[in-house]
Amino acid sequence: MFRFTTTDIDPATLREALAHRSCGGFCSFEGWVRDHNEGQVVTRLEYEAFELLAVKEGERIVAEALQKFGVERALCVHHLGSLGIGASAVWVGVAAAHRDEAFRACRYIIDEVKHRVPIWKKEHYASGDSGWVNCERCGADALPAAGHAHHDH
Amino acid sequence: MSPLAPLYGLVLAGGRSKRMHTDKAALAYAGATQLERAMALLVAHVQRAFVSVRADQNEDPLRARFARIVDRDAGLGPMAGIIAAQHEHPDAAWLVLACDLPFLDDRTVAALVAARDPQHVAVAYRSTHDGLPEPLCAIYEPSSRPALRSFIATGRNCPRKFLIQSGIELLTLPDPRALDNVNTASEYAAAAGSLGEAREVSIELHVQYFAILREQAGRSEERLTTRARTARELFGELQTRHRFTLPEDRLRVAINSEFGEWTAPLKNGDAVVFIPPVAGG
Repeated sequence: MFRFTTTDIDPATLREALAHRSCGGFCSFEGWVRDHNEGQVVTRLEYEAFELLAVKEGERIVAEALQKFGVERALCVHHLGSLGIGASAVWVGVAAAHRDEAFRACRYIIDEVKHRVPIWKKEHYASGDSGWVNCERCGADALPAAGHAHHDH
Repeated sequence: MSPLAPLYGLVLAGGRSKRMHTDKAALAYAGATQLERAMALLVAHVQRAFVSVRADQNEDPLRARFARIVDRDAGLGPMAGIIAAQHEHPDAAWLVLACDLPFLDDRTVAALVAARDPQHVAVAYRSTHDGLPEPLCAIYEPSSRPALRSFIATGRNCPRKFLIQSGIELLTLPDPRALDNVNTASEYAAAAGSLGEAREVSIELHVQYFAILREQAGRSEERLTTRARTARELFGELQTRHRFTLPEDRLRVAINSEFGEWTAPLKNGDAVVFIPPVAGG
């Protein structure tokens, strides 16, 4: 299952929902908001998603993981909105009969979510500046080279 | 009141078309090249019309069909063409047109010509996008020549800055998109689509914007009427309108909440989302 939340992610509750007597291994991953990125001091993050498609694509990823690695239960919860340093932005949990498939399925889900699900992250910096991750630098390259273009960033 | 100077026309076709990767003057819209279209617009309003070229373009067959004026100063960009034209015919006023304005129409040119005033060095439109003068669909009166020469003598060559400092009054465009220019292949595809082989009946679409595109568009959604046939044509249209900085090849497209193809045909009522590079986790 894949879903979004706008309230704090509580790993203990999420973990409980996956527990099952047939599972001997549980593996989870948590993504936290870190205070720096590419040389800039980060003060907070803002997440935004195209929820209609993001939930579909997230569900597909979780279903792929269940099938590919033969795990029994998997869940991914992603936070939307503003998050401070240290907050949990994403949580992935997988329960399986054995540890190996739990590790691999967990890794698969977080990697695919990062690459495929329409979620965007805006970093706010200590300098007062901000930027959409993966979007701003490539965008600057594509800006018209005309001498009279005005940019405020 | 002093009589108006004779009006000559100049199409600036000496650019390098760097972002288009192909000669903009040769791009075809509705069966005619951009250069032919611009010259046809000019001749209805001017006594003589010329194409401004770089020395190495003088024999180019597309340009050689027309009277030409060769740039004298390399490195001045569009200003070189204006300066060369004024040097050749200093007593004429020059109606100068860029060679990447596919939406420019007779109404826009006619209103510019009608607004001439010998009291002012130039007459120009106000940009729909930033409110500043549009220097490459403008008329430069003979009185602008000394001012332009001293402007260049100080090491500057931006005709837009020249017009800003000249303090002229700006006209409002009769059609806000008339001077939208075309710099990239996707902008060309969209412009050619809406001018040429576009669908005959427009369709209504719902477009949602997220993240950087939402900020650049200044809205999270809009309903719009378009003749774009594909997502690619639609993006070209919106990229020009909203000044999106991300190129099409960095984006994906979703149609009716599912990933789609850039070339898939759009239908009336479709919901379209352009997806910037994602960054979950």
